[in-house]
Formats: sequence, C-alpha cells, structure tokens
Amino acid sequence: MDTNQYMEMFLDESREHLQSLNDGLLSLENNPADLSVLNEIFRNAHTLKGMSATMGYNKIAELTHEMENLLDLLRKEQLKVNEDIIDVIFKCVDSLEQMIENVGNGEPEDLVDVSDLVKRVNAIANGNADAPAAAAPAAAAAAPAAGRLELTDTDRSVIEKARASGLLALEVHVELAESCLLKSARSYMVMNALDELGDVIKSVPPAEDLEQEKFDHSFDVVVVTASEAKVVEEAVNSISEITKVVVTELKPEAQEATAPEPAKAAPAASAPAAAPAAKPAAKPAASKAPAKAAASKAPAKPKAHAGQSVRVDIEKLDNLMNLVGELVINKVRLEQIGTTHRLTELTETLEQMDRVTTDLQSVVMKVRMVPVSSVFNRFPRMVRDLAKELDKEINLTIEGEETELDRTVIDEIGDPLMHLLRNSLDHGVEHPQDREAKGKPRTGEVGLIARHEGNNVVIMVTDDGKGIDADVIRRKAVEKGMITQEEADNMDDADAVRLIFLPGFSTAEKITDVSGRGVGMDVVRSKIEALGGHVDVETTLDEGSVFKIKLPLTLAIIQALLVKVQEEMYAIPLGAIDSTINITPDAIKTVRNKEVIVLRGQIIPIIRLGDVLSVPRAEGDANEDIFVVVVHLGDRKAGIVVDNLIGQMEIVIKTLGRLLVGLKVISGATVLGDGRVALILDVGALM
Amino acid sequence: MAKVEKNTAVNGEIQVVAFKLRKEEYGFSILNVQEIKGLTDITRVPFAPDFIKGVINLRGSVLPVIDLKKRLGLQQEPYTDSTRIVIVQVDDISVGMIVDAVTEVLTIDAAHVDATKSISDSDNSRFINGIGKIDDRLIIMLNLEEIIALPGEAK
Repeated sequence: MDTNQYMEMFLDESREHLQSLNDGLLSLENNPADLSVLNEIFRNAHTLKGMSATMGYNKIAELTHEMENLLDLLRKEQLKVNEDIIDVIFKCVDSLEQMIENVGNGEPEDLVDVSDLVKRVNAIANGNADAPAAAAPAAAAAAPAAGRLELTDTDRSVIEKARASGLLALEVHVELAESCLLKSARSYMVMNALDELGDVIKSVPPAEDLEQEKFDHSFDVVVVTASEAKVVEEAVNSISEITKVVVTELKPEAQEATAPEPAKAAPAASAPAAAPAAKPAAKPAASKAPAKAAASKAPAKPKAHAGQSVRVDIEKLDNLMNLVGELVINKVRLEQIGTTHRLTELTETLEQMDRVTTDLQSVVMKVRMVPVSSVFNRFPRMVRDLAKELDKEINLTIEGEETELDRTVIDEIGDPLMHLLRNSLDHGVEHPQDREAKGKPRTGEVGLIARHEGNNVVIMVTDDGKGIDADVIRRKAVEKGMITQEEADNMDDADAVRLIFLPGFSTAEKITDVSGRGVGMDVVRSKIEALGGHVDVETTLDEGSVFKIKLPLTLAIIQALLVKVQEEMYAIPLGAIDSTINITPDAIKTVRNKEVIVLRGQIIPIIRLGDVLSVPRAEGDANEDIFVVVVHLGDRKAGIVVDNLIGQMEIVIKTLGRLLVGLKVISGATVLGDGRVALILDVGALM
Repeated sequence: MAKVEKNTAVNGEIQVVAFKLRKEEYGFSILNVQEIKGLTDITRVPFAPDFIKGVINLRGSVLPVIDLKKRLGLQQEPYTDSTRIVIVQVDDISVGMIVDAVTEVLTIDAAHVDATKSISDSDNSRFINGIGKIDDRLIIMLNLEEIIALPGEAK
C-alpha cells in the first residue's frame, strides 16, 4: 500500500513528539513534582500512540502504551518520580526513536527488541502501585484489516485497558457532505480533532485510504478518550462539510461475542449523543448512506485556524530559490541594458521590478529560515547523558533559540555544535570536587547562545571551566612540528589557542588529556567555513572558554563588491568589507618585509590580489592610483589591492562543482549580468 | 576492460561523438554528451589544476571546462573558429571539454573496437578506452572517468 504521503507526516510529527517527550522528561527530572510537565509528557505519549496505531505500527503503539501506563501512574501520584523511572522512560523514548527511524527507512518496526524494556516498565508499574491490569503484550502484530471495522486482538486489548483506566472507547461514524470536494482534507481534520481528544486506535477505511480519498462519503473511527461521547461529537461536528456524526460507545462484551460485525451492530445504548441516535450506529464504510435527513444537522461554521502551515519538501524550496536567483541575474542584465542604452522608461520599470524581486527574494529567504531551536533542542538530552557519563554536574543554558537560520545551514550546523558542546563538557568543565577546590560552584555552567549580529548569526558555546592553556598548546604544536619554537615564542596567546583549529593538532586521543581540548576542532572549523562561516575561541585560564561561530544568514544571494584585477573580475562579499580607499603607490610602506598601509593610525597589512591569484600581467602598466579594499575577519584587518572597483551588486552564489572543491581563496562563483562568470573571494582564506 | 563494455550500447553498436584534436580523431560515447557549444568567455580559476581552463556559464550554471589537449599532453594551439566546447556528463558531474573541431556522430560496431592500450605511451594510456575502426578511420575512444579524475584520485 502506498502510505508515503501519510508516512512523511507521521515521521515528522512523531519526531516532534519524541522531541517534546525528551524536553519534557528533562524538565521533569529537574522538577519531579511538576504535574503540568507530566501532563504534557503524557499528552505527547498519548498522541504518539494514537498516530502509530493509526498507521498500523502496533509495536510502537504497544511500547508507547506501556510507557503511557507508567506515566499515568506518575500523573495520578500513585508512583513517585525517581531517577530509575526517568531512565526507563528515556530508554523507551530512545527505542521509539529507533523504531520510528526504522519505519522511516522502510525497515520493519520490530527490528528493535523492546520486550525487555516492556517488562521493566511493567515491573515498575506493577511493583510499586496498583497497576492497571498487567499488560498483555500480545505479539499480535496483525496488519490492520482493510475495509471493515474489525478489531484485532491488539485493538481489543487497547480498548480493554483503556476501559480499565476509566476511558471510553467510542466508535465515531462520520458522513461528509456529498458536495465535499476535499474529502481527504476533511477526514484529516476529523482525525486531528479526534486525536486531540483522545487516541485514534483504528479507522475504516484505514488512514492511508482516507488520505487518498479511497472512500465514499462516510468513514468510521474507533477512538479511546477521556471525553464524553457528546464532546467528541461536537468536536467532529464543528468541522465544516460534515453532515452527520454518530458516536457510539464500544461494549467489549459485545465485540467478543461476535467477531468482526458487532462493532457496527453495537447498540447506541450508552451513547448519550443528541445526534440521530436512531440510526444504527456506524454504518459499514462501504455503505452509501446518503441520508438526506442528516442535512438537518446544520453544517458547522468553519473553524478559524490559527497559524496554518504547510510542510514543503526542502528540494522544492531550493528550486524556488534557484529560480529567484535566475530572476535576479536577469534583472541585473536588464538594468545594464537600460544603463548602456539610456532607456529611461526601461530603467523606471526596472525600479518597480527591483522592488518586487527584492521582496520576492526576502520572502523566499524567510520561507527557508528555520529557528535554531530545531538543532538546539536535542542538546539538553545529550548534555544530560554526557554529564552523567562523565560524572560531572552541568547546567546547560540555552538562549536565543528562536534565532532563525537558512535551512541548509541548520542541517549542517548540528555536528559542529555537538562537537563543541562535548568538548566543553569533557575538557572544559572540571569535576565537581575540582571545582570546589578552586572555589567555584560544583555545577558547571555551559551556555549555548544564538543571536543576530548584522547580517550574520552568531552562535556561542560557553563554559566556566578551566579554559585553555596557551602554553600547553604552544608546546604541543612545537612537539608535533606544526610550528617552530621561534614561531611559538612570537605568537600571542590568542593566536596560540587558535592552533587547536589546525588539522593534525587533534588527531591523537592523548592530546586531549594534556591540552584539555582539541578533539577534531579542525573538523569543526572546516565544516563552519564550508558554510561561509567563521569560528573563533576566547579563553581565560580557570574562568572558561567561549567558542564563537559566525554564520551568514543565507547562503544563496549576497551583496558583493565587484573588483577588477587586470582583465579578471572578482566579487568580495560586502559583509567582509570595512571600506575602500584610493591611495598612491608611495603610501605603501614596508614593515619587516611585509607591505602595509597606515589607515587612520592603524597599520594594515596589504595583499596584492594580482600576485596572490597569479593573474597574468599585461605589459607596462604602472598604475598611478591604487585601490585598496579594506576587509576584516574578526578583529583582524587587511587591505586587498585591486586595479579597479566596478561596483556593488547583488550576486547569486553558485558552487564551482565537485571538480573544483577545496580551492584556496575562492569560495564560489556567480554569473554576472553580461553572462560572464566571476569568482567569489574567500576573504578569510586570503588573510 | 570493463570500461569498454560500459560504452557498449544496444545491438553491439556504439554511438560516438567524434571530434578532432590536432590531426587525430577522438570520440566520447554519445551517452555522456549533453550538448556542444561554441567557445564562450572562460573565467580562469586560480589554484585549479592546470588542465582546467576555467569555468563557463551554461544557462545560469557554472561549469568547469577542461582543455582536453592539455589533459592528454598534446601540444597547444591557439583556438580557431571551429573550436568547440563539448559538454559531457559523468556521474552527475557536468564538464566542458575544449576540442579543435567536432566532426560527426558515428556508429561503430563494438566488435571493431580494439581495447589495446599499448599504442599510446604509458602515462596517458589510462585516458584511453580503446581504438574504434570505421572504414579506414581510427577513432580514439576516451575514458571520461579518468579524464575528469575527481580530486583525490588526481595526481
């Protein structure tokens, strides 16, 4: 069966729920008495169970169910939250994560063996309180039968258990208006509404058929809920284009008496539904049941939806971005034509168009923006586990998680951040007893802070640990032959500490023991730089370290200054430029064999772009004037000497392709208005 | 070698885009050829391997261009009106190849492709898949994978 469409949604939402579970558990651990957190956790588990059962993933539903039982006991304060329980629930969440990933990869959900875990959960639930009827794990992984409201053993045991814990098992029969055009959308809304109230354990036809509109105008759903039938009915009725809702309570006895049919025949007995209960409850889905009489039920007014959203494949966004990029290139080309031929009318129209394209561009850019929380929120769990493992006490503070970054950056930033955090935990923060000996609080503070800084986003990983000893780094670097003793002696502390970012510094494990830091820092750096970003570190011995990552807001379109060297054109990202100046050749002085200029009292080294890039020299040109583009990287500055400044423009960044990866100094290319290709300079590498 | 079979199309026949480098005729399997275009502005890329002439703009995409004669160690000549860029695609990588002239599309009987490599000197033999014979013409079949040789496997 093709469940792909539904699958993506299931996976996404499951991941979200797992994430909230993780978050919730973490805050529960810190605050075991907080019932509201527990309720939140319970709700998440509940929804997850419902979703997986609807999708036919019985194992996932089963494990979630066991977990939910345990949570329920906690919620009702029949059990006290303790570390053991938290650990078990964390394990459950991990297993669920694994199962859901397996499902996502097209593998069977039961690759993960959870029987031990289920036993442990049960043992805790049973051993410590009047647990509800011991779980009957029932290996019945029967696929949901298509077409009929036939309850499997698993379904029945779920219903049974639900009843045992005082919940109602309701069968909801829904009929859509015949004029309804988007049946799948309506059915989805119904499912959602039911999901909010309780737990959808089954639907006929199955969810994927509903999704694909493979049903007439009616369908049946079995839902386990704490709400009354009436509430459920109202909730469903509030969705527009629903002509009829019949809610019936499922009687377990009745089901067991006669196998598949009874559910439909079940008398409307206890359902206090104000609905036309006379109608034999829940017709088989196949039934046409036009029931004009049902029209008497006033179609509910459409509900106002707050914050509607659409999930879009990132590839489509990339495509959109590329198209906008093309548009920008062509706009620039038209502008050039307008200027060259002095076509005022064209230029005026283009100004209008310029506004539209700029808006379009910023909208597309915004669409691609994702809050960093999507990366950040997996760290609290990691920090907790790692702190336990390392036997340290650590308090992680996260700030600015609402800061947004381009999706592509978000996808790539997770690993480097994890690396930095691990480093801070492992090598930065000391053991509690050491901290006490130094007069620091036992608990180490680790911070993960994101914020905007101009056209960049800065992410900082801070700790109040022991810091990095520049002398140790110097010694190590010399030992490894990366620098000479003389270089080491001339290096200031900040530069020495930066050595940890060099490849080769950190390969051997034992270095981490000595230097305190540096596991794969070069990997972190190369990853960040591949994103057009920059990483730096500041540290004070015994006070801690700050790793600062600076990332561009977006990777696709930037403002750049076009410069000319002989006949070649290069683009320098505007973000890196301080100023441009025009000097005469004799303004260039030499200090220790290096060419520098003095700008407002500051000595700035200069880089002759033509020489660095070995641009072929035209004969006999002695430039009277020299143009210098002053660029900065962090607090370092340099002057780039070029032959001419062409002007500032918007450029669309293109990669040079796999054949030309890892080129020094060139970070990409762009297509100019006249169709020529200009290369984009990597200012960081130039310096 | 396996590479020869890879170029073999249906019915034991190979379709080849034939082109000239100096006096000799060479060929790419037509399956790899995307399009052929005239010489355009090529932007030099500093620090790139010397056989990469630069990059061009192909309808908004930036594509590297290889000077095929340089790559094969042949003597350089100035470009002429008949110089063409053959855009080929290998493993998702599109690359332009500068050739002296594109002659025609030929159909060669696979049986007439000689996999012998010893004719060429050893260094460049890895670029050659075999020699195709059609009437009295000899077409040197090139091994695009080797010519493109991704960074890492390049020397």
